[in-house]
Amino acid sequence: MFGKKRVAIVGAGLTLFRRRLKETGKELSYEASKMALDAAGMELGDMQSVVMGTAPDAFDGVHMKGEYLADGAGAYRKPYTRVFVGGGTGVFTPLAGWWHVASGQFDSCLVVAEEKMSSCYPHPQFAFTTIFDPILERPLGMNLIWIFALEMHRYMHKHGIKKEDIARVSVKNKGNALDHPCAQLGAKITVEDVLNSEIMAWPVQRLDVSPTSDGASALVLVSEDVAKEVTDNPVWIDGAGWCIDSTHWTNRDLYYPDYVECAARMAYKMAGIKNPPKEIDVAEPYDPFDYKELHHMEGLLLCKKGEAAKLTAEGVTQRDGDLPINPSGGLLGVGNPIAAAGLMKVCEIFWQLRGEAGKRQIPGDPRTGLAQAWGDLMQYGSVIVLRR
Amino acid sequence: MSEKIKNYRGEALKSADIKEGRVPTEKCRPKAKFAWSAGIAIGRFLEELKKAKIIASTCSKCGRIMVPPRIYCENCFKPTDGWKYVKDTGTINTYSVSYLAADATRLKEPILVAIIDLDGASEGMGIIHKLGEVDKEKIEFGMKVRAVWKPKEERVGSITDIKYFKPVKEETP
Repeated sequence: MFGKKRVAIVGAGLTLFRRRLKETGKELSYEASKMALDAAGMELGDMQSVVMGTAPDAFDGVHMKGEYLADGAGAYRKPYTRVFVGGGTGVFTPLAGWWHVASGQFDSCLVVAEEKMSSCYPHPQFAFTTIFDPILERPLGMNLIWIFALEMHRYMHKHGIKKEDIARVSVKNKGNALDHPCAQLGAKITVEDVLNSEIMAWPVQRLDVSPTSDGASALVLVSEDVAKEVTDNPVWIDGAGWCIDSTHWTNRDLYYPDYVECAARMAYKMAGIKNPPKEIDVAEPYDPFDYKELHHMEGLLLCKKGEAAKLTAEGVTQRDGDLPINPSGGLLGVGNPIAAAGLMKVCEIFWQLRGEAGKRQIPGDPRTGLAQAWGDLMQYGSVIVLRR
Repeated sequence: MSEKIKNYRGEALKSADIKEGRVPTEKCRPKAKFAWSAGIAIGRFLEELKKAKIIASTCSKCGRIMVPPRIYCENCFKPTDGWKYVKDTGTINTYSVSYLAADATRLKEPILVAIIDLDGASEGMGIIHKLGEVDKEKIEFGMKVRAVWKPKEERVGSITDIKYFKPVKEETP
């Protein structure tokens, strides 16, 4: 077994997140990649490898989507891999980039995530229905929202959590997104607005859900030696974890994401974190739905099971609270171009730890942060721990 | 870097820009079709549904009675080694009242959907199906339900051979 090398993030890039962007996926990939390289003060020639993360081919209607996007991600004549683990892709992509460098095989890796959901016309939702089992599930006329509704309802029932307790997450994240220059859905809303919004699949209502979006994001990863040459303030990838649960999702108790805990424990062990709520200064758990932020805080061991709603009500998860959660505005506020949204969370932790998050900057000189994504049939968790 | 970057790239379009042809687009509707083999375990499961029966597979090592059945136990990673009929009754583990069809079009009459833990299977072995003959306001967690089967001549070996599950009426002694 070879020793792992330490890996630093030295630059991040992001495009606007919007329901429909004029740029193609390749063009968006280029814009985010170029911005990340410029931020790092590096050039494509300095990048020895490229990892691309992008979600289902069905959104674009282009198979071999990794290859389709390669030139925009600067992968031309380089070792290149496209990774895809459903909604978990955005945080899994920098984990894949991490092992490129941690293994000692490469000194640098350009990590790019792209999603262009608007190509699936008029709405990408139908493309999602092809994730379900063709024999036992699709004949029932499955809609993607059903599985979240079933999970959310089970979670509420198990812990006796009310809709208004969950709605506070949407209010907070859309509010936080008002300070994000790329945000699609920053807004000042109230708990009542959420509770009065359209019922999609009870208990899921319109304002409980993140939007569909176009967008791209990118990071520059380098080895410790290179990091010393290019920056005085690197952010280190100190924890990496990922885990999948059984695809038999109706055979699991959906109230708790065991697989997220498994991924978190893997990352915490690597980072030497013993007491996550005390040692994590800021976190960006995956929030495609408001209840998921709470569900994931629990899975990430940032609080006890069933306790996340209470912390939210007490203001603990606000930017100026003891444990700021999704200071970016998350998927609910910034938008949800799937893979790009997960990587946006890692960008946010990078900026927060460097003190470069502008109006979104949390107080207290944060040193350790975490980002997490989640996907497939409510079964995949990816976790990254960053330190400066 | 976030604070230092002044110009984030991206040019937003409106739906109307596409609909009214203000930007160049190319459209295509793929005509791919698929015929999936149901496989060994689910093939048997579907044949039993045609007979109005629900079958599970069992693992002698961990003792689980599993629905939907599989030919391997994913816990023990060994072949399952038995078949066992379970009941067509169960309890509601979780449910939703959905106003969304598969293509996200809005429904006036909601679809009632639930995970039903089947009686006779190991604890927590649920299947997803619909609920019927029940007021949406009266559905409860833990409610006892029973499968409503299509008549024999309409059953084809499909999950939809069960029309839906309906509440089991409390039997009077």
